[in-house]
Amino acid sequence: MRKGRLVVVGNGMVGQRFVDALRDRDSNGQWRVTVLGEESRPAYDRVRLSALFDGVDPDELNLHTPDPQVRLRLGTSVTAIDRARRVVATTAGEYPYDALVLATGSSPFVPPIDGADLPGVFTYRTQDDLAAIRAHARGRRRGAVIGGGLLGLEAANALRLLGLATSVVEFAPRLMPMQVDTAGGALLRRYVEELGVACHLGVATSALHPGPDGSVAQLELADGGRVAADLVVVAAGIRPRDELARAADLPLGRQGGVLVDRTCRSADERIWAVGECAAVDGTCHGLVGPGYAMAETVADRLVGGAATVPNADTATKLKLLGVDVASFGDAHGTTPGCLDVTFTDPATRVYAKLVLSDDAQTLLGGVLVGDADAYPTLRASVGQALPAAPLALLAPAGAGTGAAALPGSTQVCSCNAVTRVDLDTAIAGGATDVPALKACTRAGTSCGSCVPMLRQLLDAAGVGQPRGLCEHFEVSRQELFDLIRIREIRTFSSLIAEYGRGAGCDICKPVVASILASLGTGHLLDGERASLQDTNDHFLANLQRDGSYSVVPRIPGGEITPEKLIVLGEVARDFALYTKITGGQRIDLLGARVEQLPQIWRRLVDAGFESGHAYGKALRTVKSCVGSTWCRYGVQDSVGLAIALELRYRGLRAPHKIKAAVSGCARECAEARGKDFGIIATDAGWNLYVGGNGGFRPRHADLFATDLTTEALVRLIDRFLMYYIRTADRLQRTAAWIEAMDGGLEHLSAVIVDDSLGLCAELDVAMARHVGSYSDEWRDVLKDPARLGRFTSFVNAPEVPDPSIRFTEERGQRVPAQAEETGSRQPVGLGLPQVRR
Amino acid sequence: MTGQPREWTVVCPLTCLDPGRGVAALVDGVQVALFRTTADLFAIDNRDPVTDTYVLSRGIVGSRGSVPTVASPLHKQAYDLRTGDCLDLPGVAVRWHEVRCRAGLVEVRLREEA
Ligand SMILES: Cc1cc2nc3c(=O)[nH]c(=O)nc-3n(C[C@H](O)[C@H](O)[C@H](O)COP(=O)(O)OP(=O)(O)OC[C@H]3O[C@@H](n4cnc5c(N)ncnc54)[C@H](O)[C@@H]3O)c2cc1C
Ligand code: SF4
Ligand code: FES
Repeated sequence: MRKGRLVVVGNGMVGQRFVDALRDRDSNGQWRVTVLGEESRPAYDRVRLSALFDGVDPDELNLHTPDPQVRLRLGTSVTAIDRARRVVATTAGEYPYDALVLATGSSPFVPPIDGADLPGVFTYRTQDDLAAIRAHARGRRRGAVIGGGLLGLEAANALRLLGLATSVVEFAPRLMPMQVDTAGGALLRRYVEELGVACHLGVATSALHPGPDGSVAQLELADGGRVAADLVVVAAGIRPRDELARAADLPLGRQGGVLVDRTCRSADERIWAVGECAAVDGTCHGLVGPGYAMAETVADRLVGGAATVPNADTATKLKLLGVDVASFGDAHGTTPGCLDVTFTDPATRVYAKLVLSDDAQTLLGGVLVGDADAYPTLRASVGQALPAAPLALLAPAGAGTGAAALPGSTQVCSCNAVTRVDLDTAIAGGATDVPALKACTRAGTSCGSCVPMLRQLLDAAGVGQPRGLCEHFEVSRQELFDLIRIREIRTFSSLIAEYGRGAGCDICKPVVASILASLGTGHLLDGERASLQDTNDHFLANLQRDGSYSVVPRIPGGEITPEKLIVLGEVARDFALYTKITGGQRIDLLGARVEQLPQIWRRLVDAGFESGHAYGKALRTVKSCVGSTWCRYGVQDSVGLAIALELRYRGLRAPHKIKAAVSGCARECAEARGKDFGIIATDAGWNLYVGGNGGFRPRHADLFATDLTTEALVRLIDRFLMYYIRTADRLQRTAAWIEAMDGGLEHLSAVIVDDSLGLCAELDVAMARHVGSYSDEWRDVLKDPARLGRFTSFVNAPEVPDPSIRFTEERGQRVPAQAEETGSRQPVGLGLPQVRR
Repeated sequence: MTGQPREWTVVCPLTCLDPGRGVAALVDGVQVALFRTTADLFAIDNRDPVTDTYVLSRGIVGSRGSVPTVASPLHKQAYDLRTGDCLDLPGVAVRWHEVRCRAGLVEVRLREEA
C-alpha cells in the first residue's frame, strides 16, 4: 500500500498535539508525516511563555519529542498552497501532499497607530519576542502595555518582573473586558493598581513617539494624555493566520480563520485546519483546550474515525499579578431571561457572580475575582442543577461544598473530559492519591484547576486521608511531632505506651528518633534512643550493599583546603577505602567495616572534619559555584553564602534528606533549582527557589521570593525548613510536601511570609535553638567509651573482622567482591571465640 | 556439619545487649544475630538471605501484631525472631538458634538446618 503524504503547516502547540495524536493512532504507519514550522524552535508550551521571566529554562517548555517517522523542517515558512497540483511551496522548495493540515495559529494584532514600528515596540507571542523584550529592557525604567486583556496583563506582569515601572492602556472601560463584568473589572483594577501598575482605561492610544535615540519614548492617548515608556508591548488581540487559505481561495470565517466544519475539514476535502487558525462553524478560539480537541478530531478522521469537535469550553482561570480571576460558561449573562446572583465582600475583596437560568435552577456561567477556589466545582456544574444554594457556593468557604455533591455524569476535568464516575471508578480500583488518579484518568494533567476536586473526591470516598504512620501509631507524623513537642515526651517507650501499641517497627522508630533529634533533645546514640535508629544513624555511616559502610565528612559549600584534601587522601589510602567525588561536592570514602569507623573518624576529626550527615535524614550539602570571587559573570559571593547556610543548618534532622545549592548568577552552574531550596544571585540580592529535587522523579524548584537581602533570605529559609520539619509526612521531600499542601506555594508563603498562622516567632525560636545547640555527632561519639562500644564486629570476638566483607580490585581501587569471588559466601571457621566480660 | 547435638556456647554478659537492639556474634564459626527485647532473647542467622549479606543483627527490632520482628537494614523485609520466617516474602526464612541466659551470661546453641 502506498503511504499517504501528510503535510502539517505550523509546529506550534496544536500542530504538535495533532502529530502526537496521529502517531498514537496510526499504528500501521499509513501516513508519512512532514511538519513545516516557521519558528526556529520545535513546539513549546506557549501558555507558559511568561515563565521564561521567572527563570524557567526554555528547555522546560519544550513539547516536542523527536520521532523518526516524522520529518520536521524548522525555520521553513510555507508561502503558498497549490491546490490543483497538491503541493505547498516553501522558502526551501515544494512538498507534495495527499492531506494538508493547517496549524498556523494566530499573529498578534497591531492596530494601525503611528509609531507602532518604532524600535522598542514589541508583540508578545514567541520565545523570540520575549528574548527581544528582555534585551531591550536592560537599563530601561518604564514600560507600557497596549491592551488590558488576559495577554496584556500577563505582559504587564512580565515588565514588572523585568524591573520596569509599568502602565496599561485599555480601550474598553475595564480590564479583561472579554472575561469579567463591570464590577469584577473594578475590583481587578484595584488589585492591579496596588501592585504599582498604572491603568488608563476607556481610552485609545493614538500615537507612539520616539525619543532622542530613535526608539519609543512616549504614548499619546486619544484624550490628549501622555504616558512615558521606553518599552511598549502591544497586546491588543490576535488574528488567525489564514493568509495561505485566503490566497488559495478557501472560504474563511466572517471574522477570519479557515472556515471548517465540525470535523475540521475545509471546503477542500484534502485540507484541514486546527487550532487558532481554524474557524469551526465560523468561530475561532484563542485557547489551547479547544485547539487540542480539534487536533484529536482530525487525527481520528485521518485513520478512518468519525470524531467531531465538542462544544468549546472557553472557561478560564488564571492568576494574574497575584489575583485570581476566573470566568466560565455564559459569564456575561447573554442567555435570554437569565438571572444574576452577585456577591461582593469589600473586606476580603472578593467579587463573584453566578448566572442562572430563568427558573434559578441551572447554573449557566459566572465570574470570580479575588478568590477562585470555587471555580473547579462551578465550572464542572455549568448546565446542571445547582449543587448548593447560590450564596453557599459563592461565599469563600463554599469552596468546600465541593465535588462530593456533584452528579456522576459531571465532567470534573474539562480539559481531559473525565467525569465524576470515571474518577470514582478509578478510586474504587485502587487509586488512593492525586498522582495515582492523574496517572490512570489523565484528569488534572493539563490546566490543573480540577486538582482540588480530585482531592475532595478522594476524601469523600474515605481514601487519601492522612493515615496513621504504621500499625503501632494511628496518628500521622505531624501529629506525633506535635504530641512529642507539646507533651515534652522524651522516650519511645513512654510514647508508645501512652499513644501507640506493640513494640514499634522500622517505620515508627526512626520517625520518633528523627523527631527527637529535630527537637534538639540530646545525642542520637544515648540510652534507649540508640535502639530507634536505623543502621545508618546507629553507626553514623551509610550501609552499603556488602555490609560495609561509607564515610562522608562535611565539606561546606564544596570548598576545601589542599591540606584537608591531603588528609582525606591519606586516610583513604591507610584504610584502603574506595574514594569517589559525590554530586554534592564532597568526597565519599567507601568500604569501611564498623570497627574501623571510630579509627577513621578519629583521624578526620583531628584534622578538623566533622560529620557530613550523609547517613541521616538531614541537611546534606549546600552546593555552590565559585561565584563573584572568581567567575567573571558572578554577581554575588555564592561560596560564602553556601558555607554560611551549610554551617547554619548542619545536623538539622528532617522527614527526609534536604539538599541545597547557591549559584552566583542566573547561569545557574550550581544547579540550585534541582534542590529542596536553591538560591540564585541577582544584581539586587538573592532569589529563593523551593521544592526541587533530582532523583527518581526530578523536579525543578519554584521561585518563592526575589531580590532578598541575605538576612531576609536566611529568615525565610529558617522558617521554610522548620515548617517542613514540623508538618511533612515521613519520607516526604519538600516538593511533595508543598504539592500536598492545601493551597500549595501560596499557603506556604502565607504561613512563613505573612505569618497567617501566627507561627513565625515559634519557628524562628526553634531554628535559633538548633543553631545554638549544634555539636558534631562524631566528635561526641569519640569522647564517650559507652558510645564507642557499639562499633564492634562481633560481641564475642571484637578483634575478628567480619569475614564476609571481601574486596576485589577495579580501576586501581578496592570494590566489593561479587558472589563468584567470595565463593558461596559460607562463613569461615575461626576457632573458639572468647567471652568478653 | 554433622547430626551430633551441639554444645551451648557462652557469648557475652546479658548487659552487653541493649533492649530493642541486636548484636552479631560468632558461634562455631557461624555468624549469629542476637536480640534482646523487653522480655526475651532471640538468636537467628546474621545472614540476610535476600542479599546474601551479614547484616540482620543491625536491623530495627519491633513487632508485627503479636510477632516479635527484626527488619533487614538493607531492604526492610521483616523476620519472625522466634522462627526466622520472613513475613514479607513467602518461602524465605533464616535459621533460628537456641539462646538462654544463665548466671548473667548469654549462651547460644546452633541448630542444624531444617
Ligand atoms: C503569553 C501567552 C499566554 C497564553 N496563555 C494561555 C492560557 O492561559 N490558556 C490558554 O488556553 N491559552 C493561552 N494562550 C494561547 C495559546 O498559546 C494558543 O491558543 C495556542 O498556542 C494555539 O496553538 P496553535 O498551534 O494554534 O498556534 P501556535 O502555538 O501559535 O502555533 C502556530 C505555529 O505555526 C507557525 N506558522 C504560522 N504560519 C506558518 C507558515 N506559513 N509556515 C510555517 N509555519 C507557520 C507559527 O510560527 C507557530 O509556530 C496564551 C498565549 C500567549 C502568547
Ligand atoms: S552561576 Fe554564574 S557566577 Fe556561578 S559559576 Fe556560573 S556563571 Fe559563574
Ligand atoms: S480541568 Fe484542566 S486539567 Fe482538569
